[in-house]
Amino acid sequence: MTKRIGTEVSLAVADAVKMAKPDVISAYPITPQTHIVEELSEFVANGELDAEYIPVESEHSAMSAAVGAAAAGARVYTATSSQGLALMHEILFIASSMRLPMVMTVANRSISGPISIWNDHSDIMAQRDIGWVQLFVEDGQEALELTWAAFKIGEDKRVLLPVAVNMDGFILSHMIEPVVIPEQSVVDGFLPEFEPQLKLDPADPVTFGPVGVPEVYLEAKKQCEVALNGSKAVVKEVLDDLNKTFGRNYDLIETNGNTGAETRIVTMGSLGESVMTAVDRMNGDGREVGQIRIRLWRPFPAEEFIEAAKGAKRLVVIDRAISPGTGCGPVAQELKSVFYGRPDAPEIVNVIAGIGGRDVPVSDFVKMVEMAEKGELAETYTLWGLNSDA
Amino acid sequence: MLRDIDLSGVAKTKLKEIHTMESMVSSGHRACQGCGEVLAMGMVTRVAGPDTVVCNATGCMEIITSPFPETAWKVPWIHVAFENAGAVGAGVEAGIKALHRKGKVSKMPNIICFGGDGATADIGFGSLSGAMERGHNLLYVCLDNEAYMNTGIQRSSSTPYGASTTTSPCGSASIGQHTQKKNMPQIIAAHGVPYVATASPSHPTDLMDKVAKALAVEGPAYLHIYSPCPTGWGTKGEKSIEIARLAVESNSFPLYEVVGGRYAITKKIKKVKPIQDYLKVQRRFRHLTDRDIAFIQEGVDNSFEQLERLCAATAKPEEE
Amino acid sequence: MSKQSICAWQKLELGAAIRDPGNASALKTGDWRTLVPVLDEEKCIKCTLCAIYCPEFCISEREDGLFRPDLNYCKGCGICANECPKSAISMVMEDK
Ligand code: SF4
Ligand code: SF4
Repeated sequence: MTKRIGTEVSLAVADAVKMAKPDVISAYPITPQTHIVEELSEFVANGELDAEYIPVESEHSAMSAAVGAAAAGARVYTATSSQGLALMHEILFIASSMRLPMVMTVANRSISGPISIWNDHSDIMAQRDIGWVQLFVEDGQEALELTWAAFKIGEDKRVLLPVAVNMDGFILSHMIEPVVIPEQSVVDGFLPEFEPQLKLDPADPVTFGPVGVPEVYLEAKKQCEVALNGSKAVVKEVLDDLNKTFGRNYDLIETNGNTGAETRIVTMGSLGESVMTAVDRMNGDGREVGQIRIRLWRPFPAEEFIEAAKGAKRLVVIDRAISPGTGCGPVAQELKSVFYGRPDAPEIVNVIAGIGGRDVPVSDFVKMVEMAEKGELAETYTLWGLNSDA
Repeated sequence: MLRDIDLSGVAKTKLKEIHTMESMVSSGHRACQGCGEVLAMGMVTRVAGPDTVVCNATGCMEIITSPFPETAWKVPWIHVAFENAGAVGAGVEAGIKALHRKGKVSKMPNIICFGGDGATADIGFGSLSGAMERGHNLLYVCLDNEAYMNTGIQRSSSTPYGASTTTSPCGSASIGQHTQKKNMPQIIAAHGVPYVATASPSHPTDLMDKVAKALAVEGPAYLHIYSPCPTGWGTKGEKSIEIARLAVESNSFPLYEVVGGRYAITKKIKKVKPIQDYLKVQRRFRHLTDRDIAFIQEGVDNSFEQLERLCAATAKPEEE
Repeated sequence: MSKQSICAWQKLELGAAIRDPGNASALKTGDWRTLVPVLDEEKCIKCTLCAIYCPEFCISEREDGLFRPDLNYCKGCGICANECPKSAISMVMEDK
């Protein structure tokens, strides 16, 4: 029976993982991800989930064991945050280059130092080039449903890549939200069993991870790049399927507010909810402003973004990470490159906000729009909320 | 923790039959002439046979068996990185175990991880310790050639005292490696795993019997295999087995096993050779003075005495 | 030095895996050899030790019951000669 409950989003994600019937969960505790894997280990302990739970001794091993299990042909799940994701870094590339599907929830958290357990996107932005499909969710319902979508995308024979589902630490992971949990049979209908293409099987011995001599390394990389780029169409297809199955309206890029406005705020992740409120308020006050929300970060859906931004004169791009030495935040960099050389390129104004758990109230977004329209924001980027003597 | 594990039923390897047992590493691999490491690895796979999955750490054995598009492996094999063979093996084991339970895999294969001494005692120490402590049913084999050979003979924590390497060179102010070899088998034995043993390719039936026992026990097993490296040690390729035998016969690398916490020497040496015999044939020890050698001899004697005491202390009490 | 590609990316196995187990046997490492083992058939007692200790796994029992290396793979390391209890194997310079 479909259940409508109020629950912490982390626990909803754990429910989603359970319903995806993974064979192996390999994880290491790190705030603010821990509630997910605590709950999963409880499911395993209670016999509610038939899976091997590997309580590894580090995130490096969490990802290494995930790779081993996926190569054995298992459906694999893990979750991490911040330093844990950074510790996995080396193996993240290997998971995608071996074309091993798996799903990882990243409860986004700032990267040390100084050590901070609070939310921003600096953890995942340091992993832009790992070759994984990377999704961002905005609310609890989406966190639940995109978990199933992530398995379906990664395991699709046209993709066969690992998928990261990003969810803001604390400000989403620890929120109590109303979520609708469908029946298991609905999930089973949406997400078929995993059929690995290659696996470690003595009946058909495969050599996984041979030495990439100069005569093949480039071609091996190309194969992965093509798979990642090609995954965009599959993500779109899976989201369409998800929308039909669960009655949603998810897309790679979504818009809100005035779609023809000169000024649009660009968001990724749960700040989008506050921006939505801000935009609605401004629209209500008769001010023309729109919002563009990015759900798929890798591969970046450039055409879809250009389409969504049609007619915009100015993009106020909210970044949640600093990219030292480059002149703007990672999302702004991405969009500058997307629009480079196009006659319809809007002005890109970059605000780096909510760093290390710094609060950004709804009214601040109204202020950002006002300042951007008056040309009061820096040409490079503005560190929002910075306490400065200058 | 001491416990009784009965391994008397495990089949023993007959010397005369070894040549009929197929190595799962094929000819055409690219190891150096006289490589004792690939020989030892081949011996392990002769016992394990085709129903085996291998997880290999980065290192000589990975490089020499897998340059694309050629593989020397006749069994399923995975190489992920340097420091994680234990964790990869754990994942493989968990994956196959889950699929087996769900009826998607008919039989649990042997799962064997291979790592060099650097991958085992240094960079992969944590992941190995984790895999051992969690009780995965796998065999981890350390092929110990006592330095980072693949990158050009740099010292590891498994390099013995007095050895000259490219990062512990001997010189007027240094003897070379000035630390003692990390005792990996005893460290793993302290994890309380059911089976730990040392082995040497110079003693093939001893080595292969230990592989059979390691694969027979339920839970983690660890084999530490002495692996002569002519390139890194400055020895002649033809001497690899002779040197391995000298290591055993000088008690510098004693052959023993730890079954359920009980230590037992499997190859007792009647006429123990002086360590000098072992050291003098290797360029890495060429600079050692008589005083240095005497000091090393004392260390060998002390370690061996410690081992004998461990055997006595953990032996099963005689039944009345 | 420029290295040429050996495989179009479209033809690579998934993740550049290799699906031809043991195909390294196509590499004839016998080219590396300078000395070649020569067997004195009179001395050999068929003890099998040379076959056990050969790191190339290339010595096997032949129809005549004697143990001989496959020279396609023998790297000429000399372990067999060194370990033979009967000194039945000698390493000699090979004319190539
Ligand atoms: S080791 Fe010597 S005696 Fe034994 S089989 Fe080989 S050649 Fe013959
Ligand atoms: S010389 Fe070395 S490689 Fe050649 S057969 Fe003898 S042991 Fe094998």
